[in-house]
Amino acid sequence: MSELADKITDTLLVEQRDFLLPEALPLDCGRELKGVNIRYETVGTLNAERSNAVLITHALSGDAHVCGRHAPEDRKPGWWDAMIGPGKYIDTDKYFVICSNIIGGCSGSTGPRSIDPDTGKPYNLNFPVITVRDMVRAQRALVDHLGIKKLLAVVGGSMGGMQVLEWAISYPDSLDCAIPIATAGQFSPQNIAFDWVAREAIKADPAFRNGDYSADDPPSRGLGAARMLAHITYLSEETMSRKFGRNLQNKESYDYDFNYDFAVESYLEHQGKRFVERFDADSYFYITRATDYFDLSSHADGDLVQTFAQAKAAFLVVSFSSDWLFPTWQSKRLVEAMLRNRLTVSFCEIQSSYGHDAFLLEVDTLGRMIRDFLRHRQEGFRHV
Amino acid sequence: MFKKVRDLNRRRDLDVISGLVAPGERVLDLGCGDGTFLKQLQDKGAIVQGVEIDAGLIGRCISNGVPVVQSDLNGKLDFTADGSFDWVLLSQTLQEMRHPDRLLERMVQIGRKAAVSVINFGHWSCRLQVFFQGRMPRNAQMPYHWYDTPNIHFSTIRDFRELCESLDIEILQETPLPARFPRLTEALPNLFAIGGVFVLKKR
Repeated sequence: MSELADKITDTLLVEQRDFLLPEALPLDCGRELKGVNIRYETVGTLNAERSNAVLITHALSGDAHVCGRHAPEDRKPGWWDAMIGPGKYIDTDKYFVICSNIIGGCSGSTGPRSIDPDTGKPYNLNFPVITVRDMVRAQRALVDHLGIKKLLAVVGGSMGGMQVLEWAISYPDSLDCAIPIATAGQFSPQNIAFDWVAREAIKADPAFRNGDYSADDPPSRGLGAARMLAHITYLSEETMSRKFGRNLQNKESYDYDFNYDFAVESYLEHQGKRFVERFDADSYFYITRATDYFDLSSHADGDLVQTFAQAKAAFLVVSFSSDWLFPTWQSKRLVEAMLRNRLTVSFCEIQSSYGHDAFLLEVDTLGRMIRDFLRHRQEGFRHV
Repeated sequence: MFKKVRDLNRRRDLDVISGLVAPGERVLDLGCGDGTFLKQLQDKGAIVQGVEIDAGLIGRCISNGVPVVQSDLNGKLDFTADGSFDWVLLSQTLQEMRHPDRLLERMVQIGRKAAVSVINFGHWSCRLQVFFQGRMPRNAQMPYHWYDTPNIHFSTIRDFRELCESLDIEILQETPLPARFPRLTEALPNLFAIGGVFVLKKR
């Protein structure tokens, strides 16, 4: 997809690291988490002034492995490898890139399948409900631990974009600029509805056992169905029509039964299966709940404009024309709130037919904007 | 060739506008293009914000280090608070707007002052073309045919003054842009100016 990615042939090797929070992490729900581990990866070198750190925040199903490979024989690189790496749009020859797995996740950081130190057993659904703000609170502890007072930028799409916004409001002095992509200031009722149906699908799987399933018998059918539903929301109607049409999958005529006939059905089935191999149902519960609860304006009693009164960052807000999960009007509402607070803002709706997935697929158009924006921000970077 | 001349003319009205803006002032440029002009103002110490509709030009603004938001000037322009800028700029774009009157009203709400450069349809060459050829004028500033022009609302300098008057907008300053005859332009702008820069304020 990226014109740059093809040119770079040498393999970037990255290591996963763990940071154990020395203190309990207070949570929005009123509880606290003890012994929190944060799985993270860094690429590039922190400069002497510590002015080149870029934090990448991942989306629902992402992880800390943002670019490069853990071993040369790895089949696939990190999830945003087309964007980030030596000589790429977020250039790790220039920037020190950090990406951590969110708390509540299932890719190394403390989440519902971790062991509860009080009981010696996995939390499962006894894990406290976490919020996007909680995720960011944990990231802030990691950034502190890395000795960085002020990040050059926080960059992320979708739920990663929510974290970006949360950073800008909760820790205004800790970042120079913020790049929220394909996101919104609050999760819409439609989005909440999709999450509800996804969790209901998981609950309906008898293997779920109210979250207490064993690792060798997970609720794969429920989680697979949840993923299929979510996957539809990531695509546009145009993409589906173009990619699959009404084509049949390896057959000439209908089978007149309820197994898959259509290419689109086969594709979703495949997406669901792939997902359950790497994701956990309890984590899916917690992360979707965190997004349901996301409403940035809760910082100022529902007043989004007032919310941004605390912000200091310069913003680059990007949306995509065919994204109906996080439509452009939601980005515009953010931009308005920023401008009304006299913040420095750039905003662009990128024309794309890829739907919500565009934030991962429109690498070149998006990448050029991010690259140029970061370059200017770094030239003017000032510590607090 | 037409385009080249147009660029030169454009620079002249921008020179006038550039002279108006003081360091530290907040400037909103409507239809800021690739941000080159805002970059000049930024280098002079102004705090700038651009508005542009074209995604390609937005990319170039970002590359120029100029903050820019995507918006259609035919929309309500309600993304920013009243009085939040010292200057709201509109350069040779008013004639392309669906509702020039509403845009002017909004500009003087958003900005303490507005600077608008307009093309003068009352210039003698336009008058001669209509009079002798019986055709809609085409020239360096307006190289289009009547059917493909983005310029849908032409005015003369006199028309523009009258519109401001009817909208209760005060003209604080008027700088006619001469084509060839500076003295004549000074005396009879509506006949000899190719355009003008107006500084406006809500009354």
